Amino acid sequence: MPQSERVDPARSPIEQVDRRAAVGGATPDQAAFREELLARGLLIDSGVPGLYGRGGAFEDIRQRFDALVSAAAAPDQPETMRFAPLLPRRQLEASGYLHSFPHLAGSVFAFEGRESDAIEQHERASRREDWSAFQRMTDLALVPAACYPVYPALAARGEVPSGGLVVDAGSAWVFRHEPSQDPARMQMFHQRELVRIGSPGEVLEWRDRWSERGLALLRRLGLAAERDFAADPFFGRSGRMLAHNQRQQELKFELLVPLGGIEPTAVSSFNYHREHFAEHYGLLFADGSPAHTACLGFGGERVVLALLFTHGCEPGAWPAEVRHQLWGSV
Amino acid sequence: MLSVERSDEIRRVIDAHARLAVNATTLTDETDLFGAGMTSHASVNVMLALEAAFDVEFPDRMLKRSVFASIQAIAAAIEELQAVDAPV
Repeated sequence: MPQSERVDPARSPIEQVDRRAAVGGATPDQAAFREELLARGLLIDSGVPGLYGRGGAFEDIRQRFDALVSAAAAPDQPETMRFAPLLPRRQLEASGYLHSFPHLAGSVFAFEGRESDAIEQHERASRREDWSAFQRMTDLALVPAACYPVYPALAARGEVPSGGLVVDAGSAWVFRHEPSQDPARMQMFHQRELVRIGSPGEVLEWRDRWSERGLALLRRLGLAAERDFAADPFFGRSGRMLAHNQRQQELKFELLVPLGGIEPTAVSSFNYHREHFAEHYGLLFADGSPAHTACLGFGGERVVLALLFTHGCEPGAWPAEVRHQLWGSV
Repeated sequence: MLSVERSDEIRRVIDAHARLAVNATTLTDETDLFGAGMTSHASVNVMLALEAAFDVEFPDRMLKRSVFASIQAIAAAIEELQAVDAPV
């Protein structure tokens, strides 16, 4: 449901600011779906749009899907890397993310001050007033996409080996500052990512092969998945130009599934970055030429939501073939 | 024909923002700037710097790769925008 725009005199100023903050709306289907997910304990409401806990049944499906992605990735013989959902702030600054997506980024602030400041901060917080004056930026930012820590980690090793490599970045928590009532638009969620580093030909071949694999994987689960070219939600007027470039060069495509919205919702994306990350982080081959990169990501929660939306909110009653794909012989 | 003043100013913006390996004076008006090494992100900085330099605002329909693909293409776009703004 849309948040009220009216100012409520019973609330403190900061709450009123919170409530007036832009919150993405939901279609009636999305709102009804969200209510059912919460009523059944599949998702657990936090009171903040886009921030949820997950019930056991929800998490089980997500992990089963993860295992299917791992099985599909096995022929690539990926190197496994796992990272915390925090990024050194310097890495975010070097990545170009603040240029392209300043509106989605989140950085970590923490208290800095004297004891009297701590008391004042607590008192202001208790009154639900603004206590940000006592907070200073730390060396940490929230991970915006699961592949971001991979590039600097590889660059730190030195030159990219001939033939490149594939990295399995696992299922990592990522953050997008994008409050919404649409259950498929979470502020923190899991991205199941794989990354390919190599020559332009190797990277493109891998991305295109994976888009076929991904489509087959989703369709085997009974999802009406379709593939389409897409653009990232770049910020501002310069962002419209970047998005246009991205579409024109066919750098990004998505797998889309009906999920209660006006348009189908992306549950997976395949992104060719060309030399973007190589230039930002210094990913070079022995001859000094920049390595190209691509990544693919499945939105873990979105895949689960698509399954629940398509097959119903009782996994025990899903079609036998879908259950077999996820849980084996049950 | 491009006005010399306008194409010189465009070359100054390209030198400052396109991050090319070569000096813009070595480019012809028709050289493909993306082919010369301008990335998408650099082209956005060129776009914003051109707006400041020529006091114009590129409308949405012009926020695309082809408009910034060469000095000639940029000059044509700026000429069109300045013609709209010019007093009649």
